[in-house]
Amino acid sequence: MRTPLTIRFLQATPKSGWVTLAAFAVLTFIILPLLHLAVPSESPFHVSTYVITLAGKIMCYAIVAVAMDLIWGYAGILSLGHGLFFALGGYAFGMYLMRQIGRDGSYQSDLPDFMVFLDWKELPWYWAGSDSFLWALLLAIALPGLVAFVFGFFAFRSRIKGVYFSIITQALTFAAMLLFFRNETGFGGNNGFTDFKRILGYSITSPEMRVILFALSAALLMATLLLGRYLVVSKFGRVLAAIRDAESRTMFLGYNPLWYKLGIWTFSAMLCGLAGALYVPQVGIINPGEMSPANSIEIAIWAAVGGRGTLIGPVIGAAIVNLSKSFFTQTFPDYWLFFLGALFVAVTLWLPEGVAGLWKRWQARRAA
Amino acid sequence: MNAATSFATAVAENRHDQEWLGGISTGHLAKPGEVDISHKVILYLEGISVSFDGFKALNNLNLAIDAGELRCIIGPNGAGKTTMMDVITGKTRPDEGRCFFGQTIDLTQLREAEIAHAGIGRKFQKPTIFENLSVFENLELALKTDKRARFSLFAWLSDDQRDKIVDTLKLIRLDHEADRPAGLLSHGQKQWLEIGMLLVQDPKLLLLDEPVAGMTDDETARTGELFKSLTGKHSLVVVEHDMAFIEQLGGKVTVLHEGSVLAEGDLATVQADERVIEVYLGR
Repeated sequence: MRTPLTIRFLQATPKSGWVTLAAFAVLTFIILPLLHLAVPSESPFHVSTYVITLAGKIMCYAIVAVAMDLIWGYAGILSLGHGLFFALGGYAFGMYLMRQIGRDGSYQSDLPDFMVFLDWKELPWYWAGSDSFLWALLLAIALPGLVAFVFGFFAFRSRIKGVYFSIITQALTFAAMLLFFRNETGFGGNNGFTDFKRILGYSITSPEMRVILFALSAALLMATLLLGRYLVVSKFGRVLAAIRDAESRTMFLGYNPLWYKLGIWTFSAMLCGLAGALYVPQVGIINPGEMSPANSIEIAIWAAVGGRGTLIGPVIGAAIVNLSKSFFTQTFPDYWLFFLGALFVAVTLWLPEGVAGLWKRWQARRAA
Repeated sequence: MNAATSFATAVAENRHDQEWLGGISTGHLAKPGEVDISHKVILYLEGISVSFDGFKALNNLNLAIDAGELRCIIGPNGAGKTTMMDVITGKTRPDEGRCFFGQTIDLTQLREAEIAHAGIGRKFQKPTIFENLSVFENLELALKTDKRARFSLFAWLSDDQRDKIVDTLKLIRLDHEADRPAGLLSHGQKQWLEIGMLLVQDPKLLLLDEPVAGMTDDETARTGELFKSLTGKHSLVVVEHDMAFIEQLGGKVTVLHEGSVLAEGDLATVQADERVIEVYLGR
């Protein structure tokens, strides 16, 4: 009997997963927003703006980590350039946010401040449509998708694999960073975009807007997990695992790995773009630093710490690494990179399957 | 463009290449998705040469396999057996020569996946299976079906397909291991699983590179029976070192040496051949 697609989609995530997601939804859609908005700030139960913003930011990172897991954990493709797709999404939506400033900038011009500073008289052609929210959203998904598709098509068609592929992705994000550093590129040079004022006419710094962005990040994270789970348990996901384990075998069975790899690669990049678009209004800035090679390597570390090939592991990994980052950069700013390095070494040595592997081991021991 | 039309285009494009038949028209219209075996030959290699950094792995190799035939290929190490399979399956492109599947399909123009689609299945020398997938899933992926990415997203197994997998599991005696990860199987079981994957793929031509390496005598004998039962409906090319196994199979034998055919005939004839004894059997 053929099972309807909706049923298969629902069945892809196990019951425990749905329960966890439901609890997460109650927490992020109801409890935390209420604690932030309705509880007075003197109350010990009040959740501060700092916490809401940090949590929203980490959830955006978590989406990127899941996107990384889809290609690294399930398809065996290690990208060291995923920060690029994240940043492209951020820039695409950032253009809209820049336009929403209107005449409230320092120069009271219709043009963004940095363009006035460069003595530009009108918007460059690629800024066309940037005052439309929907266009910006579309661009935030389609642009990373397009870059990934074109890059992936040539890389996968040439059968570039393993460390060679990783190095090229690293070079790609580095090249993009240099491009975006230039003032003439038209994206604000090394200052990037900042000083945002509004989304859809509503103040970006109002508590309500913060809560909405926070809840949207949570919703996107949950949707990513559900969709990711469906993908990896579908035949598509099994073929990806097959390509990862024995690519020539899959070819001789009649599968063309190109379209499978390209499919998941592009999807992963589009997820990153969307996460970037949600990230930028929450942190209030996007600059070429997001495209730095180190940033992309950090994304891989989130996935490795959490546990590759588990989907939920990278979410935990992104949370652990970024919470420690917040702690270290405030308390011992000089030691953050040492800690990150030590964490990576420790996970590689003792937790090859990450935190999620630790959980699995513990479950196995309990069962035994 | 769907598979059938793209295939028809490929076939049509190859029709002008038929001068190698001596300019004689085959007189048949190629049916899309069908291998034209009207001249009995299912695989035809002519003057194939492949060299790697000056080393001639194949040197003017000529070989014709009839439809439904079981052919054994023997030859010392480095004779070019695996390279020949690489050429047939599209992994290696020949420097010279023609390689046709049936009358109409030029294999040198197709990619690995297209060749597999056309109906050629290959078993590697080292058992190559998907270790992290279950035995059942291994067969499921091999199953003859639409293998394009966009279809895999919504693919589901029909009852017939499920039955076919279950039948094959019984045939290869892995029905009790269906849900185990394939990586946990013994060497012999992995060999059988890969053979099973070939069977559900339902190719017209099976290329088997040392299929009984690492099998017990009992397993080898059963494999031989299985292969013999496949002849007629399928064509098989078996590369082997195990003479007892080749004797059991009983088909025609081709001896390769330094990239070309040294001798061809039934096993007794080949074994009596002076040149064969000299290069291969005489030690």
